[in-house]
Amino acid sequence: MSDQTTGVPQTVSRVPRAAATGEEAYLEVTDLQVQFPTADGLVRAVQGLSYSVPLRRTLAIVGESGSGKSVSSMAVLGLHDRRVARITGSIKVGGREVVNMSDKDLEGFRGGDAAMIFQDPQSSLHPYFTVGNQIIESYRAHNNVSKRVAKARAIDMLGRVGIPNPSRRVDQYPHEFSGGMRQRAMIAMALVNDPKLLIADEPTTALDVTVQAQILDLIADLQRDFGSAVVFITHDLGVVAEIADDILVMYAGTAVEHGPVNKILGEPLHPYAWGLLESIPALTGEPQPLHPIPGSPPSLLAVPSGCPFHPRCEFKDRVPDDWCTTLRPDLIPRTADLGRTSRCHLKDPDKVFETEVLPRLP
Amino acid sequence: MLLYILKRVLSAISVVIVTLVASFALFFFAPTDPAGVICGPRCTPERVADIEASLGLDQPKVEQIALYMKGIVVGREYSTGGVVRHCDAPCLGYSYTLGQPVTKLIGAALPVTVSIVLGGAVVYLIVGILSGTIAAQVRGTSLDRFVVGTTLVVQAIPYFVFALLIALYATFLPDSGYHPFLDNPLTWASGLLAAWLTIGVTNAASYTRYSRASMIEALGQDFVRTATSKGISRRRVVYRHGLRAGLTPVVTIFGIDLAFQLTGAIFTESIFNLPGLGLLTLRAFGQYDLPVLMGGVLIGSAVLVVMNLVVDIVYTFLDPRVRLG
Amino acid sequence: MTAATTPAKSGVRSVPGAPLLELQNVKMHFKAKGEGFLARKTQWVQAVDGVDLTVQPGETIGLVGESGCGKSTTARLITRLLEPTAGEIRYQGVDIAHMSERKLRPYRREIQLIFQDPYSSLNPRHTVGTIVGTALRTHGMVPKSGELSRVQELLEVVGLNPEHYNRYPHEFSGGQRQRIGIARALAARPKIIVADEPVSALDVSIQAQVMNLLENLRKELGIAFVFIAHDLGVVRHFCDRVAVMYLGRVVEEGPRDALYLKPQHPYTQALLSAVPDIGVVRGVPPKNRIRLVGDVPSPVDPPSGCRFRTRCWKAQDICATDDPALIERAPAQRVACHFAEPPAESILAETA
Repeated sequence: MSDQTTGVPQTVSRVPRAAATGEEAYLEVTDLQVQFPTADGLVRAVQGLSYSVPLRRTLAIVGESGSGKSVSSMAVLGLHDRRVARITGSIKVGGREVVNMSDKDLEGFRGGDAAMIFQDPQSSLHPYFTVGNQIIESYRAHNNVSKRVAKARAIDMLGRVGIPNPSRRVDQYPHEFSGGMRQRAMIAMALVNDPKLLIADEPTTALDVTVQAQILDLIADLQRDFGSAVVFITHDLGVVAEIADDILVMYAGTAVEHGPVNKILGEPLHPYAWGLLESIPALTGEPQPLHPIPGSPPSLLAVPSGCPFHPRCEFKDRVPDDWCTTLRPDLIPRTADLGRTSRCHLKDPDKVFETEVLPRLP
Repeated sequence: MLLYILKRVLSAISVVIVTLVASFALFFFAPTDPAGVICGPRCTPERVADIEASLGLDQPKVEQIALYMKGIVVGREYSTGGVVRHCDAPCLGYSYTLGQPVTKLIGAALPVTVSIVLGGAVVYLIVGILSGTIAAQVRGTSLDRFVVGTTLVVQAIPYFVFALLIALYATFLPDSGYHPFLDNPLTWASGLLAAWLTIGVTNAASYTRYSRASMIEALGQDFVRTATSKGISRRRVVYRHGLRAGLTPVVTIFGIDLAFQLTGAIFTESIFNLPGLGLLTLRAFGQYDLPVLMGGVLIGSAVLVVMNLVVDIVYTFLDPRVRLG
Repeated sequence: MTAATTPAKSGVRSVPGAPLLELQNVKMHFKAKGEGFLARKTQWVQAVDGVDLTVQPGETIGLVGESGCGKSTTARLITRLLEPTAGEIRYQGVDIAHMSERKLRPYRREIQLIFQDPYSSLNPRHTVGTIVGTALRTHGMVPKSGELSRVQELLEVVGLNPEHYNRYPHEFSGGQRQRIGIARALAARPKIIVADEPVSALDVSIQAQVMNLLENLRKELGIAFVFIAHDLGVVRHFCDRVAVMYLGRVVEEGPRDALYLKPQHPYTQALLSAVPDIGVVRGVPPKNRIRLVGDVPSPVDPPSGCRFRTRCWKAQDICATDDPALIERAPAQRVACHFAEPPAESILAETA
């Protein structure tokens, strides 16, 4: 089925990522709301989400199922069916407003300025068309070139994402590719038009860990070459640590914590982020009992009042006056560090983390 | 591929042979009296015996089957009252009541049925797939509900009632009747129009529903979302990416449907007075005309296995993941 | 079967002194159609090809590996949902590899399986009470009168509200459904549970809840586990011993700490180094990673000799000709590699 490549594995050490340059945002999301009216009521999938990503930076959006991380990212590409989804707020990509963009403009925008990679390369590629055919289609949708030129471009892209023997592979069908190769082909297809914004929706979740490592390297390499802004959606904090510059933690349709990766993962300020860190077993040290978040994420049909995390929060008793149950906290800096924000009423969260949470981290 | 087709054709032939033997046994062991039917009510026993001898009915049953099979392959001779008639291969015997070779009768009826069924299929495929695809795209809207509602109404009307309604009320249609295509394609088409309409409309309802369900599933697939994210037009997403995947299950149903329609267009044929296979076998049934019935069974089973083979081969063109072998 | 077997009241026989479960050179080859039109030759998928494994009472052994390595097939072999092509599966010393369904019944009670997907492994038309109660009834665990109270007791053990026994699976969340699956397994009072990716389909926070539940059950009830997962952190957290599988074989097996700190098989080393590590942001220096090239070869036509050689940086000529045996390289640590040695520097960054 696949080429049995014999090869010497490389030893890779990832270069520390560039520091924030304070560049102008390429993607800017402001107060995004995505709602789906259903027979059971209104599903509030995303409520007031704001973030921005400059070129050459990677933002990781982290959350569990139903947190709104995928729904919000699909909105960035205008992929929601307008008859089904109610979208308000603003999404600006390269200065252009995507919310309420006309169908015609959306066609030029999608796959051209912004492209997306999906979770499951098996189901995301059309099984009836060759890989080359699908990449060519994407290229010709945005470039007025002959099939021959487009095919040369497709072969070039396949080679670039590390597919051996691209001129033969280009005429094969997705089922003739292995899982890792399929995801490489997806990436080639997404990048064929040099998009300035790449959205990767759990691109490695369906892959094995050794293949995941290859794909993460590839995405990082390509980002360096293409200089694009990357939004990387995942539930895996380890992946975030490896690939992202900034991180946005989502819970029940809202961002609960936002800032540079080393700060948010090293010293998180929101009880939900604490709970996540305490739920992941470590690879070193004596195994400690895990300290999971009790309960389960709320239904988006009935998001709890006040702070949506309060029913599962073990710190809500420390906040006076029922604030947690009645008052929705704002996403603002909570400590002296102004480079990061979190959505929580708890006082001095940095001290709470250091004295109570850090010692029991696995 | 060729090897596969050869293998399938061989297995198809064996299926047909088994069907033949089984139906031969069922018909010929049945307590019927073909010689009596041929001879009529005022018949002497001698005359009956004479006819039975000429038809080979006095032979052991196994021998009769062997003779019948032999007739299909190399032909066969019949002698009635001293006159020897040669029946060329493939010989399916002589009709008891019409005195003609069954092959000739079927040869005359088959083009009629094929014309009716294929013409009808063109109507219901176009109408069904198109309206199903459109309904799938506007799923949940009033247009979708209207389409689904219409299909329900049409499906609730029995097929022969619908045919009768057309025959009675659609008087603006040209008179129906069969004229060979090669003589004059126009009169051929006008004579079959009513039948096409009947088959087309009644089946279009179910094809609308199949295609709608199939397209809804296809349009919800991840690869359709991928196609949209590439920035190609909605029309291209639906008709190139969605329809290609959505059609595949419809093809399977169509193959089987077609096979059944080819053998069972009895109502349409009798209502619109078209001398097709259905009418032929129906008449044979009423008159214990066993050779004709056997011929009908043969054609029916052959059509069924051939359609199955065709569907499987079409599948490999639709879905590259399917590899025959 | 030796004369030393002692039939117990339950119908399960045992050889004194034998380990709880022992797999010896177990193979499972599935028939596959040949590719191409003219290649009529039947091909065999060597899903599991010579697995040796021993589980002592109360022990937890982890099976890790990537997709296609045969870990799930192994789970189905241990629970005898599959009959092996070759080899012996001994439960308390008695070979159950080819035992008839009727004789197998008491063994089925003692060897239970938990599935990965809590959505599809529960019958949607049965209430939770029926699901768990059926397990009780099948094995005649309690008299009819005591069934309901035992069901409720089990629900409580797995952390569900015992009053919810008359609800249907769809009324529960993913994590709760996995708890129902666990309650069903516990109903038979098994001595060993085979858990096939029990937490992979769950969100991180829910995953930790279910892990803690399994941990408590193991401690309190002394059940042995064969715990299958692709997540190396989860396996490390839960298991005493770990076996790493690659293309139908165990390539390395040993005590948890030895395997994670001093892995000797190149594949184990590559696997560990590929795990994205959150430690990077906590000031731990980024680890040097070993990147494997290419994908796992097809189990239909595995490489000759050592199966890992096509992706291995240590491969020499001998690897293509001689299949390395799984031999002890360090105390209790067995490795199948001609060039087995611990890594020069630790692969996993030590937390300061």
